[in-house]
Amino acid sequence: MYVAVKGGETAIGNAHRLLAQKRRGDRSVPALTIGQILEQLTLAVDRVMTEGSLYDRRLAALAIKQARGDLIEAIFLLRAYRTTLPRFGSSVALETGRMLIARRISATFKDLPGGQLLGPTFDYTHRLLDPALEDDGELLPPDPVDDVDDAIVPRVTDLLGDDGLIEADGDSEPDAPVGDLTREPLSFPADRDLRLQALARGDEGFLLALGYSTQRGYARSHPFAGEIRMGEVEVEIEVAELGFSVPLGRINVTECQMVNQFKGSGDAPPQFTRGYGLVFGHGERKAMAMALCDRSLRARELGEEQTAPAQDEEFVLSHLDNVQATGFVEHLKLPHYVDFQAELELIRRLRAEHNARTADETVVKEAAE
Amino acid sequence: MSAATDSAPAETGPSTYNFAYLDEQTKRMIRRAILKAVAIPGYQVPFASREMPMPYGWGTGGVQVTASVLGPNDVLKVIDQGADDTTNAVAIRGFFAKTAGVATTTRTSDATIIQTRHRIPETPLGPDQILVYQVPIPEPLRFLEPRETETRTMHALEEYGLVHVKLYEDIARHGHIATTYAYPVMVENRYVMDPSPIPKFDNPKMDNCPALQLFGAGREKRIYAIPPHTSVVSLDFEDHPFAVQKFSDPCALCAGTDVYLDEVILDDRGGRMFVCSDTDYCEKRRDAGHHGKADEMSEGDFA
Repeated sequence: MYVAVKGGETAIGNAHRLLAQKRRGDRSVPALTIGQILEQLTLAVDRVMTEGSLYDRRLAALAIKQARGDLIEAIFLLRAYRTTLPRFGSSVALETGRMLIARRISATFKDLPGGQLLGPTFDYTHRLLDPALEDDGELLPPDPVDDVDDAIVPRVTDLLGDDGLIEADGDSEPDAPVGDLTREPLSFPADRDLRLQALARGDEGFLLALGYSTQRGYARSHPFAGEIRMGEVEVEIEVAELGFSVPLGRINVTECQMVNQFKGSGDAPPQFTRGYGLVFGHGERKAMAMALCDRSLRARELGEEQTAPAQDEEFVLSHLDNVQATGFVEHLKLPHYVDFQAELELIRRLRAEHNARTADETVVKEAAE
Repeated sequence: MSAATDSAPAETGPSTYNFAYLDEQTKRMIRRAILKAVAIPGYQVPFASREMPMPYGWGTGGVQVTASVLGPNDVLKVIDQGADDTTNAVAIRGFFAKTAGVATTTRTSDATIIQTRHRIPETPLGPDQILVYQVPIPEPLRFLEPRETETRTMHALEEYGLVHVKLYEDIARHGHIATTYAYPVMVENRYVMDPSPIPKFDNPKMDNCPALQLFGAGREKRIYAIPPHTSVVSLDFEDHPFAVQKFSDPCALCAGTDVYLDEVILDDRGGRMFVCSDTDYCEKRRDAGHHGKADEMSEGDFA
């Protein structure tokens, strides 16, 4: 029986070999290739890159394979790798106004400069399971797009901003240093750069639920999807010796600009306010939820009454990280018998005292009768 | 498996990762936090906790502290629930054996660094030892006040009335202080500190301890410390003095008394026995010829 608390080392080794077997599954089925994950599970790759805070499609695909499709586990793998990488510097702010657009929609204007471009979207599909997908059949090619030139498509918020109808985009200087919560512990109140970083890394499901709660009246902010755009942007880095910025390459991002009502205050006239979301790859749900949460977290800055969880910066930023959350929730699997023993001893003692007391009372009562 | 799983340092260090996994810059950052923590006993120092290859809540803080104080000549012991052979202790010991190639031991007296979760070894520690605690929630006021912004202010102002109210409410309701583990302590008469979820049985061992005690909370990004020979007092009241758990039976294997025991359920008919939670201490006593009830009955099964 003492064996029960011994032999951990052998058990761990065995469990891990069993895990490797289970991951591979039936050997008569060909192994999943990284290329297949990259090409056919692209949205999973995008989510893992975003919440793993590392833009590397191949590593994300590898993590998904290793994690048996558990995306939070894959995010964890990517984060644990990322933490060992040296940091050379930070890029110049992305210019999403110069994005090579693959998808761009606005819910606030029927038509606008640059037009609406649906791109590859689940929207308006009928969610009917397609038995044809069991085989790798022929697909109808989409019509070729007429003019895919590098025409600059202005952002909706810039169009509104020209008339002063929407607030300016933050008051920090474009060249101001950007915080990094993976290198400095987060403290509260957090500046918007750190808040946006935390939200971008945050769990999609958690932000989705919080964003949803704001729509249902818990910190209502009357949002409009001013614009959602997805496509390629150039990443540039400033090289000190050169004195100008050099392009590093292009990455795919999805950006969401929420336009929210604001009644104005003593100092400020009524104008629209912003909520901002940006994620790697194609991740509209996350970008929109992030934009809703960014806006609701600005309650203090905008002098709004703070009543709902989505407005509570310390609550939201302390609980949105799924790697932290899953670790701490799952640590309950670790042995706790020392602490449990302490509780057991206390509860036995309290029960014994309780029983002794009730026994005394019964005796006294009987004597009185 | 033999009781003592000593291993010699590896001949060649790992090539893919730095010694003890973390890069030197990160270790320096953590050492600065440790120095500050030692200078202000019991004060929680924020540090830029890294994402580690094990989950948050499974010892990432302790592992980062250990990685930062570990040298090639150190001898490492890792325990969880007092035992060297619990799964997480095995995993962490394996991590350092692999990434740092240091010698490991299960013997408390042979170790220079002991990383622990939930216990302090029964064998008294010496001045050349460091005890590294894994801490889940470093804030002793957290369950009274969930906000970090508030609790930091409370510490700054030494506003500890709430803790005493909580302990008093326990007495009013149960006749006892109902905190049995993670029992709050006052360090050097200044900071109220969470001793990590060790049973309050272990609290007295922290007081005036000749070893350096370091606490790492990875997820919460805090490090704190008790330097050697620091006063550590468990909070209590004059009429309800602090008292530790007492067990009615001695250890069934080594007959040890005045030790913390684990309850092992033997069958589904209420059969149970109590054995030392500190496996090294228990083995040492049995090697010295002490035998408990269960050990006498079936000697040889435990080899």
